[in-house]
Amino acid sequence: MAGIKIAGVSKVYAGGVKAVNSVSIDIADGEFIVLVGPSGCGKSTLLRMVAGLEAISDGEVSIGGRVVNRMEPAERDIAMVFQNYALYPHMTVYQNLAYGLKNRGTPKAEIDARVAEAARMLEITQYLERKPRALSGGQRQRVAMGRAIVRKPAAFLFDEPLSNLDAKLRVSMRGEIKRLQRRLGTTSIYVTHDQLEAMTLADRLVVLNGGRIEQIGSPLEVYHAPASTFVASFIGSPAMNLVSGELHGNRLAIGPAVIELGAEAPASGPVTVGIRAEDLHPAREGEAVLPFAVDYVEELGAQRLVHGQVGDQMLTVALSPEIAIGEQLSLAIDPARLHFFAVDGGKRIGKGSVPAGVAAPVVQPV
Amino acid sequence: MVENRPFLTFLTHAFLILGFAVVALPVYVAIIASTHDIATLMSGPVPLWPGSHLIENYSMILTSASAANGLPNYSHMALNSLIMAVVITIGKISISILSAFAIVYFRFPFRQLAFWIIFVTLMLPVEVRIMPTYKIVADLGMLNSWAGLTIPLIASATATFLFRQFFMTIPDEMLEAARVDGAGPMKFFRDILLPLSRTNIGALCVILFIYGWVQYLWPLLVTTDPGYYTLMMGMKRMVTVQDGVIQWQLVMAGSVLAMLPPILIVIFMQRLFIRGLTETEK
Repeated sequence: MAGIKIAGVSKVYAGGVKAVNSVSIDIADGEFIVLVGPSGCGKSTLLRMVAGLEAISDGEVSIGGRVVNRMEPAERDIAMVFQNYALYPHMTVYQNLAYGLKNRGTPKAEIDARVAEAARMLEITQYLERKPRALSGGQRQRVAMGRAIVRKPAAFLFDEPLSNLDAKLRVSMRGEIKRLQRRLGTTSIYVTHDQLEAMTLADRLVVLNGGRIEQIGSPLEVYHAPASTFVASFIGSPAMNLVSGELHGNRLAIGPAVIELGAEAPASGPVTVGIRAEDLHPAREGEAVLPFAVDYVEELGAQRLVHGQVGDQMLTVALSPEIAIGEQLSLAIDPARLHFFAVDGGKRIGKGSVPAGVAAPVVQPV
Repeated sequence: MVENRPFLTFLTHAFLILGFAVVALPVYVAIIASTHDIATLMSGPVPLWPGSHLIENYSMILTSASAANGLPNYSHMALNSLIMAVVITIGKISISILSAFAIVYFRFPFRQLAFWIIFVTLMLPVEVRIMPTYKIVADLGMLNSWAGLTIPLIASATATFLFRQFFMTIPDEMLEAARVDGAGPMKFFRDILLPLSRTNIGALCVILFIYGWVQYLWPLLVTTDPGYYTLMMGMKRMVTVQDGVIQWQLVMAGSVLAMLPPILIVIFMQRLFIRGLTETEK
C-alpha cells in the first residue's frame, strides 16, 4: 500500500516532441485515479513512465516515498494490466499467475495459496489448467487481472484494459474492477479514452490534452465545473453544447435570445457559453426563452436527444420522451447552470460548483 | 476449389500422380537395384521387380564393402555425417536465435548495420565464398578436423532472418509483461521466447539437418583423411573406382540407407511441429 507522487514529469522523444509536459499528480494511498483524454494526449506514455517501461525525461516519480526514476519495472512494486492482456500463450493460467511470484523467489506453498486466492476472487479457479487460447476474452481479462493481484503490489496500473471487450462485457468488467479495487484498497492508475469508463471508475479524474493536465477532480466536479472547453466537450455524453454568446452587465445574448442572469455576470464581452443538454427544458411561464428550431431527434428510450439550432448555432437538448416535439421549441435554462469560457484559450470564467442536491456518493470500503 | 466437376477432379489427380511418379521413380529404381546381384545389373536395363539379394547386399554394405575401396566403414562414414549434420543444426539454431534476439530486443550502436550485414550474406551461398573460406580454414590449421568440417557452415543468415521476423510478430506487451513480472533479458528469452519459437525451431531443425546431411563440396575440400569422410563423399568414391566393376548393388543399398535419416527426421519433426502449430497461439 502506497501513494504515488508524480512531480513535474515530462517525456521528450527524439526529435523534440513533447509527449508529456510537466505533469504533477499526487495520488493518495488506495485512490483510484483515471487518466483520460483523446488518443495522443500522452496518457499511456505517462502510465508507462510510472511503470518503468518508458524512460522519464524530466521530473520525478515516487511510489510509496521511494523515487523510482531509475528502477526496473520489477523493482517498482507495481503490477500492470495490458490492453491486449499479454498473457504468456504457452503457459497455463496457473503458470501465468505464478510466473511473477516465481521470478521473485516466492516459496512454492505461498505461490499456490496466492494463486488459489486470486483465482477464487476472480472466479477462474476451474480454468487454472487451461491455456489462454482456450479462454474467452472476458476470462483472459480476468487472468490478466489475476496476474496483477497475486503479486500484491503497491499499485495497479491499467492500460485501457477493457477496450478489447464487447460493450456488455465491458460494463460488467468495469464494475468488477471497481469492486476489486475497493476490496483490495490498492492504489490504482487507470488509462482510458472512454469518458464513461473514466466517470464510473474514478475517485479522481485527470483529464489530459496534448501532454498537459487540463483538469484534476472528482467525476462530479469535472462534470459540473469543467475547467476548459476541452474538458467540457470531452466529459459527458452527449457532449456539452458550446455556443458563442455575449455578456453585458447581467444579461447574456445567444444569437437572437437574451437571458437575464439574475446576478452580475463574471465577465463582459464575447464568451463561449457551455450548456449541458439535460439542463435545458421547455420554457415555463415567465422564463427567458431560447427559440429552438428542431432538425432531427435521436431516440434513446429513457430520453430523447433533440438536435437543432438557436439562431445559427447547433445545439443538442436531452428531453423526456413525454414532451411532444414540434418544429419549434421554446427552451429555458436555470442561469446558475450556465458555464462561461474565455473565447481565447477556452479557460473557464468564474468558479463552478457541484449543484446542491447532487451529493457525492458515500462509499464504504467493503 | 469448391467446384464439383468430375473431369477437373480427374485432371488434377492425373497431374498429381504424374508428379508423384516423376519424383518417386528414381527412388524406386534405387530400392529395386539394391535387391539384385551385380550380374543382373550389368547384364542390361535395371529390372523393375525386386530381386532376391536384399539381405546379402545390405549386410555387405554395412559390414565390409566400403573398406574394399579404401574407404572407411559405411557405419563410420554415416556416423561422421550424423555428427556433422547434428553439430551444424544445433550450432545454426543456437547462434541464429541468439543473434535474432540481440537484433530485435536490444538497442545497441550499428544494430541495423549488423542486421543488414547478416542479411546480405543470405545472397552468398557456400559455393561463392568457398575459396576464401578454404584459405582461412587452411591457415587456421583446421583441415581434417571436426572444427574445419562444421564451423564454417555453422552460422545461418536465413535462420537469423526467420527468427527475427518471428520475434517481431510477438507483441511488445509480452516483453513488458515479463519485465513487470521481474524477468530479465535472458529469463525472458528462456521462459517466453524459446517456448514460443518451438515450432520455428522444429521446422528449421528439419531443413538444417538435411542441409548438413547432404553437404558434399565442403567436406570434400577440407578432408583428406578417410577418417573424416562423410557418407556423401563415400558414395561418390564408390562410383569412381579405377579398375574393376562398380558395385552398383552396393552403391544403391548405400544410397537407400543414406536417405533414411532425413526421412525419419521429417516424419518425426513434422509430427512435432504440427502439434506445435495446433497447440500454441501467438
